[in-house]
Amino acid sequence: MDARIGVRNTKSILFKSLIIFLAFVVTIPLIIVLLYIIKQGVMQVNWHFLTHVPAPEGEKGGGIANALVGSILIVGMSSIVAIPVGILAGIYLSENPGTKLAYYSGLCVDILQGVPSIVMGIVVYFWIVKPFGFSAISGSIALAIMMLPIVIRSTEQTLLLLPPSLKEAALSLGVPYHRVILKVIVPCGFAGILSGIILSIARIIGETAPLLFTALGSNYLSTNVTGAMESLPHLIFTYATSPYDDQHDLAWGASFILLMFVLILNIVTKLITRKWKIQL
Amino acid sequence: MKNKRLDLSYSQMKWETVFRRILIVMSAIILVLVVGVFITLIVESWPSIKSLGIGYLWGKVWDPVNNIYGAYPFLLGTLLTSFTALIISIPFSYSIAIYLGEYNPKGWLSDLLKNTIELIAAVPSIIYGFWALFVLVPVVRSLETKIGVAPYGVGVFTASLVLAVMIIPYAAALGTSLIRMVPSPLKEGAYALGATRFEVIRSVILPYNRSGLFAGILLSLGRALGETMAVTVMIGNTSAIANSFKEIFFGPGNTMASVIANEFAEADHTLYLSALIELGLVLFFVTVIINLIGKRIITRYTNN
Amino acid sequence: MENTVVSATNFNAWFGDNHVVKDVTIGIERNQCVAVMGPSGCGKTTFLRCINRMHELIPEATAKGSLKLYSDDVYTMNPIYVRYKIGMVFQRPNPFPNLSIYDNVIAGYKLNGLKMPKADLDNIVQKSLTSAALWNEVKDSLHKKGTFLSGGQQQRLCIARAIAMEPEVILFDEPTSALDPISTSSVEQLFHELKEKYTLIIVTHNMQQAARVSDKTAFFYVGELVEFDDTKQMFTAPTDIRTQNYITGRFS
Repeated sequence: MDARIGVRNTKSILFKSLIIFLAFVVTIPLIIVLLYIIKQGVMQVNWHFLTHVPAPEGEKGGGIANALVGSILIVGMSSIVAIPVGILAGIYLSENPGTKLAYYSGLCVDILQGVPSIVMGIVVYFWIVKPFGFSAISGSIALAIMMLPIVIRSTEQTLLLLPPSLKEAALSLGVPYHRVILKVIVPCGFAGILSGIILSIARIIGETAPLLFTALGSNYLSTNVTGAMESLPHLIFTYATSPYDDQHDLAWGASFILLMFVLILNIVTKLITRKWKIQL
Repeated sequence: MKNKRLDLSYSQMKWETVFRRILIVMSAIILVLVVGVFITLIVESWPSIKSLGIGYLWGKVWDPVNNIYGAYPFLLGTLLTSFTALIISIPFSYSIAIYLGEYNPKGWLSDLLKNTIELIAAVPSIIYGFWALFVLVPVVRSLETKIGVAPYGVGVFTASLVLAVMIIPYAAALGTSLIRMVPSPLKEGAYALGATRFEVIRSVILPYNRSGLFAGILLSLGRALGETMAVTVMIGNTSAIANSFKEIFFGPGNTMASVIANEFAEADHTLYLSALIELGLVLFFVTVIINLIGKRIITRYTNN
Repeated sequence: MENTVVSATNFNAWFGDNHVVKDVTIGIERNQCVAVMGPSGCGKTTFLRCINRMHELIPEATAKGSLKLYSDDVYTMNPIYVRYKIGMVFQRPNPFPNLSIYDNVIAGYKLNGLKMPKADLDNIVQKSLTSAALWNEVKDSLHKKGTFLSGGQQQRLCIARAIAMEPEVILFDEPTSALDPISTSSVEQLFHELKEKYTLIIVTHNMQQAARVSDKTAFFYVGELVEFDDTKQMFTAPTDIRTQNYITGRFS
């Protein structure tokens, strides 16, 4: 009897060790990737790098200003579209959970979340690029559609967690429904909604596939949103697969910048959820 | 004052209706978007569906120059990379889930691991692809020379490795919440009967979560199937099927996503383009169905 | 009658097919404190919520019959305006967590976009908090959020918030059932002062409270208004046998 217990206990300890090992081993590839990108990229980044466009092929120097400005513009435009639509749709879903529209709309949100980004890119190509040509706007729309599910779900879940007594109190004071939502409910759920927004931005800022056939890319610094525009992930893709070492260097620098953006956004989200959570 | 309030109450009633309508419109937009995506995919792949028929799916030759299209190489590439990635990642995902869900749910170490895993999901896929191209490919190349296969470096195997790391967080996050939700009385009953930790995990926690853990696998799979950029950079872009499994696995190939990414811009005639879109349609269907099944299982779970 | 503030005639209310308020006829006079009591599920809270038209906000909730504020039928008036005139205090204190104490008191104005000069608002805040017996305790922390207030203080803040709207009637839905005894008595003391300016209708599960604070009491049972009489009379010599049974504790 004792021997059996001993064996079983040993098994349990071995299992625990295996689990711990496997769980923490996963961090190694991440650390390797992060360190490598930082090492290769940080050397590239200087003021010249951030303010100049790439040099012609084969030449040294240049920078990623076109991609930097492009990413900011494209992501900015996506946010302007996706944030209001996403929040309002999220409000609808949390306020009307039983309706048919809520059911099918919610289903579509789940579907949209699973659509591969390349598929989204080619669909927007047919919707917008074919009739109007390549443009930053078309890229933004593809990205905005990808942002929507994240913003909608986080808004919906944040609002569902709020106590119904909040709405009741406002309604009893004669506050009309739209003001109850916009001036009481949404402000109380601000932390959750904001983190959803920031997470969705962090997600799309690194997306390449939807931009391949919409915003394309360009060697020129441009703020014309009706024309092609470069972006950080697209530049990385193009230059990573090019034969020129100088372009590889630019891609490392761009990767570093992109990585920093994503990291900062994720950290900011964590801080927001911790600090701004309104005590209910 | 009273009149002011009376007037205000009437104008506010109007705004209420406007607001409610706006909410409905916004929700409807989502529906319209999804229906639009579906319709566009079908319309644009119609020429190919019509002329190539169902045989397209198992056609083994992809030769745009001669207008011959067969999707089999890409189905093969997609399935190989995704399932290999899945098989590699699942033990890690669920180890993380068991660790964070059962052994160490709270505390600084657990938070650290949780944040690290979330970081893995946050890194853009093109960065993984770029890094892998310069760091992983040479390593795989020397591995391939050692085992006697053609040393491409790029290929299905390398892509699977990168993909495996990228999809770990999905099943891990889901698994962690599911394992944490196992009711204490169930576990305590087992401990009271003298079970060891391992036995409780094996006989109580994991069976309790069987369908949920399966859903986690589905979600990771859905993510793997749809991944484009890292795979495109890693996979070697060859549409021909090699002869032996070893050659296929360690050699270059293509997935549905990567061939679209690579050849969409070059597709100059209708049939070529629509054959590519048809791949997109298949990809759309498969990923959507897998994701929906996964999510349904989870909602049924969390409601029980 | 000019003196009747709230009157119901053959008033009914449903939740879907469930007939919860059956044919209620009652007249409540100005500056009275009326307690509404009865066992769980007797329709007292539903009836209360019909008065300020909160009932209809629940899906599938319907109501029929006459319910008047003075001579105007509440159901033909603009519901927003009704709620300006008839305030409500809830069972769980629910001050707005994202607003300061000051803003909570004038929430009815602020959230509605009713613009008023700051001096007037300051005045309203002070008067309302004083009437709610909370002024001295919070006058130095008006711009802080009310999270540090005790349950009883929060409830008095909610009362101040209702008072600030200068309603005719204030409805109370079991206002002290979530409070400790000390807070409960501080709120009960308020009722005596408040009824000088407002008409109070208080749903309560607590018979002793009804006996302590009200002038008249209404007894509801299974949706019907069984008896409505002066409180003293109701508790010493009730007319209906059901009232008698409830009071003597045959059921609760």
